[in-house]
Amino acid sequence: MKATHASARQLGLVSCHACHLLNRIPKVLGHAFAYCSRCGEELHQRKPNSLKRTWALLIAAMVFYIPANVLPMTITSALGTTQADTIMSGVIYFVTSGSWEIALVIFTASIFVPFLKFTILIYLLLSVQFKSIKRPKNRTRLYRFTEAIGRWSMLDIYVVTILVALVKLGFLADIEAGPAAIYFAAVVVTTMIAAESFDPRLIWDVVEEKHE
Amino acid sequence: MHQIACHECDLIHDIPPMPSRGAACCVRCGSVLFRAQENSIDRTLAWTIAGLVLYVVGVSFPFLAMKNGPISNETGLLTGIQLLFDQGIIPLATLVLLTCVLIPLLQMLGLLYIFIPLKLNIRVKYAVPVFRLFKHIKPWSMMEIYMLGILVSIVKLGKMATIVPGLAVIAFGLLIFVLSFALSAVDEHMVWEKLGEDS
Ligand SMILES: [Zn+2]
Repeated sequence: MKATHASARQLGLVSCHACHLLNRIPKVLGHAFAYCSRCGEELHQRKPNSLKRTWALLIAAMVFYIPANVLPMTITSALGTTQADTIMSGVIYFVTSGSWEIALVIFTASIFVPFLKFTILIYLLLSVQFKSIKRPKNRTRLYRFTEAIGRWSMLDIYVVTILVALVKLGFLADIEAGPAAIYFAAVVVTTMIAAESFDPRLIWDVVEEKHE
Repeated sequence: MHQIACHECDLIHDIPPMPSRGAACCVRCGSVLFRAQENSIDRTLAWTIAGLVLYVVGVSFPFLAMKNGPISNETGLLTGIQLLFDQGIIPLATLVLLTCVLIPLLQMLGLLYIFIPLKLNIRVKYAVPVFRLFKHIKPWSMMEIYMLGILVSIVKLGKMATIVPGLAVIAFGLLIFVLSFALSAVDEHMVWEKLGEDS
């Protein structure tokens, strides 16, 4: 692959977010909207308000993460007693009952992945805001990684909905979705949108500016 | 103009004459610029049609039956979602409905809508917005995660009752692979070039 030595931004070109066609548009975009000449998608040199939006969504997700972990995810009632399980107590249940693989899967998907995503996104945001020029390639890789793993956090939500649906009538036990389920779903959705709002090209803009 | 900018670092590359397969990567950040596919149209169509068949089976049959003495419960994807709606857990029900039923279906129908006309060499209206939508909804199609959820549930409930996996589990299991083959057979660059010719 032969590369030139300039970015689209430096040449006054905008790459369409949907179809990747390079569009030539006036250097100052102003507030007028421009659309891709091939697919009609709205053109942006960079994702609009990328840093602000990512921060806002990320902070919202971190706030939701607290009730998601503290409140019960499922409420099981059997023989007159009720038991509320948080995500963590669910993990511990699997460990004590001997299915440590499942415990590991749930712990990774529900607790570790969201936490990892918060950490990486904060690091990426700060690195861009403090105009870091260190290891841009690794940071781009980290971004790709966060984008790919976030969806797997949905796992526990699906497990809860399957349990609720399956253990309904006719059994001595009954499982209900706890309040944490909604918060947890909100964590997954907001972190996914947060990662989508971050524009990795900002990492490289800083590097290019330092070289100019 | 035969140039493309990297989607992740914005560096401009000249597009070389297309090889029949293989991926072109950005020289600066290493992300994939595009992936050329052999027989993209035929392969995408074949996998998508297989995927739709499996999808119909997966959605309409129960994936788990739970037996406890004389009592037995069955649940499938749609009946499960229906039950969530009945119990008033509307946000969760909607989320499952979107990510596991509607979006995967839209994805496959979208592929048919784009690729059948490409195969027959005809033009259809709205192919461009449909393909754009197809790209936007891609991250929100989560059937494979649902499949993993079924497996976790089997383990969890196995201690309370006898769990019998249903036909839908097999269908979902296959669908994960088939859908990922269909998606990876899509040569986006080629599709945009062809759709771009019309306008
Ligand atoms: Zn790049």
